[in-house]
Amino acid sequence: MSQTTVPQSLRHGPDDRGFFGDFGGRFVAETLMPLILDLQQEYANASQDPAFAEELSSLSRDYVGRQSPLYHADRLSEHLGGAKIYLKREDLMHTGAHKINNALGQILLARRMGKTRIIAETGAGMHGVATATVAARFGLECVIYMGSTDIHRQQPNVQRMQLLGAKVIPVTAGDGTLKDAMNEALRDWVTNVANTFYIIGTVAGPHPYPAMVRDFQSVIGEEVREQLQEKEGRGPDSLVACIGGGSNAMGLFHPFLDDENVALIGVEAAGEGIDTGKHAASLRGGDPGVLHGNRTFLLQDEEGQISDAHSISAGLDYPGIGPEHAWLHQIGRAEYVSATDREALDAFTLLCRLEGIIPALESSHALAEVIRRAPSLPSDHIMVVNLSGRGDKDMATVTHVLADELGLSQ
Amino acid sequence: MTISQDRLARRFATVQTENRAALVTYLAAGDPDYATSLAAVRGLAESGADIIELGMPFTDPMADGQAIQHATRRALEAGQTMDKTLEMVRELRRENNDIPIVLMGYYNPIYRRGVERFVGEAREAGVDGLIVVDLPPEHDDELCLPAAKAGLNFIRLATPTTDAARLPGVLTNTSGFLYYVSSTGVTGGEAPSVERVQAEVDSIRQHSDIPIAVGFGIRTAEQASAIGRFADGVVVGSALVEALANAESREAGVTAVKSLTAELAAALKTARG
Repeated sequence: MSQTTVPQSLRHGPDDRGFFGDFGGRFVAETLMPLILDLQQEYANASQDPAFAEELSSLSRDYVGRQSPLYHADRLSEHLGGAKIYLKREDLMHTGAHKINNALGQILLARRMGKTRIIAETGAGMHGVATATVAARFGLECVIYMGSTDIHRQQPNVQRMQLLGAKVIPVTAGDGTLKDAMNEALRDWVTNVANTFYIIGTVAGPHPYPAMVRDFQSVIGEEVREQLQEKEGRGPDSLVACIGGGSNAMGLFHPFLDDENVALIGVEAAGEGIDTGKHAASLRGGDPGVLHGNRTFLLQDEEGQISDAHSISAGLDYPGIGPEHAWLHQIGRAEYVSATDREALDAFTLLCRLEGIIPALESSHALAEVIRRAPSLPSDHIMVVNLSGRGDKDMATVTHVLADELGLSQ
Repeated sequence: MTISQDRLARRFATVQTENRAALVTYLAAGDPDYATSLAAVRGLAESGADIIELGMPFTDPMADGQAIQHATRRALEAGQTMDKTLEMVRELRRENNDIPIVLMGYYNPIYRRGVERFVGEAREAGVDGLIVVDLPPEHDDELCLPAAKAGLNFIRLATPTTDAARLPGVLTNTSGFLYYVSSTGVTGGEAPSVERVQAEVDSIRQHSDIPIAVGFGIRTAEQASAIGRFADGVVVGSALVEALANAESREAGVTAVKSLTAELAAALKTARG
């Protein structure tokens, strides 16, 4: 393992072997290696190609609906009585979450590479829906792997994917959640490597995925910088985002990595509490290991066997985290905290009632940290939270848990 | 490690003089429990296997099909650990100091244990080589080089997607034998096309003299025989795992493993007619 050195800019990673400090890499079977090297080359070419940038930007505007609003949540800010809170409204983008930014970028690459079949894994179903959407838009065959537990708890998204023409394959291995779906997608990929493009949904997996997904999501942070400049004449003081694999957080953070005065706060899912062992907080409760093509922090036992994650939010229910987050954690550039299922549900309810916005349970973890942190901050502290997705998909889960408390009809 | 001490080299030399391919057999260590697994692995050695691949169970076997996924899960549920896998090797070594034993699996359990500790313990237990699926040559510094230094062969996979440009890199630090993966996909998949595999094995031979064993999708004596006509070794895994799993009792499972092994061994003896 190489020594960790902190380069002058924090935005230049990864190195040519895909490492951010000690984390990342390309830990895949030989069958996939040639394809991953091709992909790396093709992505490098596309990044230099103005036509690629133009197509992505035009579709982002006219098809996805970018840019997403930056909304001053004044009732929430007033209620908490501290920091001035802005919501980055990724929930308003086509398909209802930030996932579409990456799915669109990757499918354009798939077309450049002449691939005719698209596969993806999904947890909450938002990445699956985004992938099924762009596959329909470009007329490509689409297969989505989804854990059987998640299929049960995110039923509306399963129907959306099917309506969009994707085949949804239930994965019963393990606990039937995101990790198992990713294993099965990797098995499909290794089998159908010639014609298939794997659209990974988060900033994890073998190099170049963590960097590529980050780049496609960085539009979030770039827009925040521009929008705040317009509204406030300055940049943010802190950025808050939830973390499963970490793509919405990385998209928000990355453009600000070199802005030393901007605090970056990632919120992992603490499930029933980190000390109960039933959580999904890889940084707070995990150790370095190798899974799904990269070295990162993982929930695992002393034997190196991967533990099942637990979270009320299917999108955060993953025992790993993107390697760039692992690195930012190690060098101390970003702070990683956690929120429990209960804290996320309380934040969910609060946003519904104060702002008329139903947030995704994933994003509600970020809001839970805002609720903790904002009251003690001065009123000129500008805090931006990534409202990464909308909560319609979570109605069944929330109704089940909160029906009596909130008097919801069942 | 000198050649005379290298069980893999000796075994490939022996089968070459017998004009046949080596029978390379896989079972998951600890499936369905330690005692049955040990009996089954002993059965491999007694029934004509030339090389034993012992699977180190991992929760997330991304390159394996259903049969081996279930096998490694059964082993973990029965309490298999790396300590027990190494103990199994020691027990086998006490009875048989000739048969090469190769540990096969994924990197994380090794990484978590500590590479230096693991290669030392494996060598001491009597392991001859390692096959670690998720370590391509780009990551040789992780385990391949430390293993070689400790006197363990690092057996690399080459696949249908390994082109001429990559092959030299794949071969560079490979020792013991090269494992040619006969089809893109996971273990236990479709049978490969014999003609295509033969052409690919022939083309690898232009780059190296290392013995080449062919695996993935080989289940029957007939298939083994077809591949054994030209390959230096034939690997059978999922079919043996299923023979063990699908029998009516654990004892019957061990018997089924032995009889399939004997059948495969007999087929390889006559394959080159």
